[in-house]
Amino acid sequence: MSMSNMKVEVDVPLSNHPSLEPANELGKEESYFRLIRKRYFKHKLAVVGLFVFLIIVLMALFAPVIAPGDPYDVNNQFEAKPSIEHLLGTDSVGRDVLSRLIYASRVSLAVGLGAVAIYVTIGTVLGAIAGYYGKWVDAVIMRLTDVFMSFPYLMVILVLVSILGPSLLNIIVVIGLLGWPAIARIVRGSVLSIKEMDYVKAGVALGFPVHRIVFKHILPNCLGPILVNATFGIASSIILEASLSFLGMGVQPPTASWGNMLTEAQSLTILASQPWLWLPPGLMILLAVLSINFMGDGLRDAMDPKRVR
Amino acid sequence: MSKSILEIDKNATIETLAPLVEIQNLKKYYPIKKGIISHTVGHVKAVDGLDLKIYPGETLSLVGESGCGKSTTGRAIVKLDPPTEGKVIFEGQNLSEVNGSELRNLRTKMQIIFQDPYSSLNPGKRVGELLAEPLITHKLANHNDAIKKVDDILEIVGLTKHHKNRYPHEFSGGQRQRIGIARALILNPKLIVCDEPVSALDVSIQAQVLNLLKDLQAQFQLTYLFIAHGLGAVKYISDRVAVMYLGKIVELGKTEDIFKTPKHPYTKVLLNSYPIPNPHLRNRERLVIQGDVPSPANPPSGCSFHTRCPFAKAICREKTPDLVGNHHSVACHFPLT
Amino acid sequence: MFQYIVRRILIAIPVLLGVTIFNFLIIYMAPGNPVDMYINPDATEEDIQIKKEALGLNDPLYIQYFRWLGNILHGDFGISYTTYEPVLHIITERIGPTLLLMSVSLVVAYLIAIPIGIISATKQYSWTDYFTTTFSFLGVSIPPFFLGLGVMYVFAVVLQILPTGGMNTLGNEGGFLDTLFHLIMPVFVLSMGIAGSMVRYVRSSMLEVLGQDYLRTARAKGLREFVVTNKHALRNALIPIITIIGMDIPILIGGAVVTEQIFQWPGLGQLTIQSIGSRDYSVLMAINFSAAIVVLFSNLLTDIFYTVADPRIKYN
Repeated sequence: MSMSNMKVEVDVPLSNHPSLEPANELGKEESYFRLIRKRYFKHKLAVVGLFVFLIIVLMALFAPVIAPGDPYDVNNQFEAKPSIEHLLGTDSVGRDVLSRLIYASRVSLAVGLGAVAIYVTIGTVLGAIAGYYGKWVDAVIMRLTDVFMSFPYLMVILVLVSILGPSLLNIIVVIGLLGWPAIARIVRGSVLSIKEMDYVKAGVALGFPVHRIVFKHILPNCLGPILVNATFGIASSIILEASLSFLGMGVQPPTASWGNMLTEAQSLTILASQPWLWLPPGLMILLAVLSINFMGDGLRDAMDPKRVR
Repeated sequence: MSKSILEIDKNATIETLAPLVEIQNLKKYYPIKKGIISHTVGHVKAVDGLDLKIYPGETLSLVGESGCGKSTTGRAIVKLDPPTEGKVIFEGQNLSEVNGSELRNLRTKMQIIFQDPYSSLNPGKRVGELLAEPLITHKLANHNDAIKKVDDILEIVGLTKHHKNRYPHEFSGGQRQRIGIARALILNPKLIVCDEPVSALDVSIQAQVLNLLKDLQAQFQLTYLFIAHGLGAVKYISDRVAVMYLGKIVELGKTEDIFKTPKHPYTKVLLNSYPIPNPHLRNRERLVIQGDVPSPANPPSGCSFHTRCPFAKAICREKTPDLVGNHHSVACHFPLT
Repeated sequence: MFQYIVRRILIAIPVLLGVTIFNFLIIYMAPGNPVDMYINPDATEEDIQIKKEALGLNDPLYIQYFRWLGNILHGDFGISYTTYEPVLHIITERIGPTLLLMSVSLVVAYLIAIPIGIISATKQYSWTDYFTTTFSFLGVSIPPFFLGLGVMYVFAVVLQILPTGGMNTLGNEGGFLDTLFHLIMPVFVLSMGIAGSMVRYVRSSMLEVLGQDYLRTARAKGLREFVVTNKHALRNALIPIITIIGMDIPILIGGAVVTEQIFQWPGLGQLTIQSIGSRDYSVLMAINFSAAIVVLFSNLLTDIFYTVADPRIKYN
């Protein structure tokens, strides 16, 4: 039984035998990112969603170029019906509805992306701390999330915004400061399970400092659920801002927001007689939110191969 | 290339060297919690008073059935799981007194290879990154030197430098284990704890990896603590063997001695389960024991093996035997002759 | 299991405390001087100071907190800044319509979502499935206020078959059918949002259960597919779904605010909007607080119910 004479050799070769390997550094390896991207594009709805969302982003970025007029200009006829000059008519103070519609996309995107960026950051940090250090740190943070999650979202936001004063910045900040619990829970769960993996223990054994282990080894492998939740979060932030502005507690006129363009429709006369005022902004919100939700769904399916469609 | 002292002189006593690692009365207890306020009702005694010296250049194997505490001991040595009681002394330093950046520096001298090749490598990182990271973190090399070292080490473990651009999931189990070995090796440690490194591999691959480990030990003057439950691998690679049962060492000695003349009844039982290829030698006397392994939460009194030992007497139930002997020690009131 | 329940309740206590503290801090931050309610507009600065002292407004924060907490426990939520009525009284007046709206919406949502989810699960990948997926996406994506306006436009303005708002037609207090008519549109709006997400849950829960082997046995025994689906599979699929009811409650509360406003439904939601407009923080915080307590308890009950209902759950 002499095994000591066996030479050490490579096991069954991979599809590319080393000697035939191209010399460049990238090679044909299949990165995780590429895998996700492939899976994502299989979902037609998700692709459509991405496409529509990109159009809206372009609309927001190039608003001054695309819009036919100035959204603040009040020198037109009041409540005009749609015409060549004003494709969607004018509102009760004489502003061009179409221009306002296009500019309002900036507000929605600012809220969606801004608020989500804030709460993803807060939630990830807190969730990571809770998951990594455990024990009483974890317990305190989890109880904090319970407290925050006990308050009905819209109500607290309404109250806070009314105290602080309605404005775009305040809305972004308030939504951002209140939305972190869900992310914290997700991150904590991921961190807890990844923490036990051998490759994390290897990091400790190799003498890596804590911040390196958390930021370079644990968190990158948590990104999936965070990204999915963040995507859906953008959609719900947009609806939230629209609802607030609709109620008069959000972005105030003259700044155009799809939500506040609908405020006037609370009056039955306007609702009945000027559908061009409220149908387009409502449909825009629906379109934006729908496309983002499709994207989120596509991402979720792409990240989890076991998931039933 | 210096050899382990045992290879120079088979009769030499290894104990004349200063030990690289000294474990004193190691205990690792896990609390069992019950009740509304989760109070502790008892302990799982994974390791229950273990003394061991590991000498430089040797391969010491820790064997025993699942749950006997060998993995826990291995992890305690590299301070992945701090002990409840007892000391681990590495190169004269008490590990429980070393912390922070001093500890991180010390860690470069003692590394660990994990059992599961599928969870021991970060799936999101390329192999080259995984291997270069320890060098860069400890500022032992700049980017370019690190790449060179990575290339070298991949060749040493039997892979090629082109493999550094691939992701772990593109490799087989055996190859991943080689990468794990490369990672443990890249910091030039003195001690490597091998936590069942071949248990998850196919038998044919096991031989290759064991050979690799042997060659590396000679080449880099490594000391191994080899944790396993497969006796074939143990016999092949070890200089000394320590047999564990329920958190304690019951026998310790040179490989040859343990396999030819075991002194503890439990060792004999373990050896019985080791298949002999030669059919004519199969009719050896067999030692049969009854019962299951007792729970480590409630170990038997006295000698923990007495509940299953066919030679147990009254004293075995009352008094815990100490580990006695010089080069071949055993913890038994009535060791086999 | 009993131990788990007790432990779960014990954990809820610090959360409850946290809720009260958080609530109180917001009240404290809110502008509006409670003193103004008690004083004659001609009062001098000195009088105001005396009154402040008397009301305990100069005491340290934690003392004011405990005083407030004590009052709450006695049912004293203070006085409305606008009408000077006791807040508790105002709330109890308004809570009925909101409860009615929320509960009917919940029931309707489930009545819609469960059958659709089942059908979608059994006819996976067919056109029906496609339709239901679109339906569920629309349900969660359409802004509730837009849906409300749209529905009001179609049914109240154009078709004129449903009333435009309120709970009752003037002069027709308490008529059951009348209230029902008024309920239709707000319930529709509220339940659509919930049904949209419910359909997905039902669908995936059913799909998971339908794949199980014990159903194969049922079919092999000769049971009709309908019975297999609705009697055997559904029972197990329902368990996780019912427990999610608890999660819908915060959504309902939030949704109620907007819906009540559009349809002028005389409940707590509309009261919230009014109070914001009139800066009546006294009322606002009381509503906020009650809502938080309701959510907390519904979460607690959901957790407990889940462990009781599903025998596979292990208690940590």
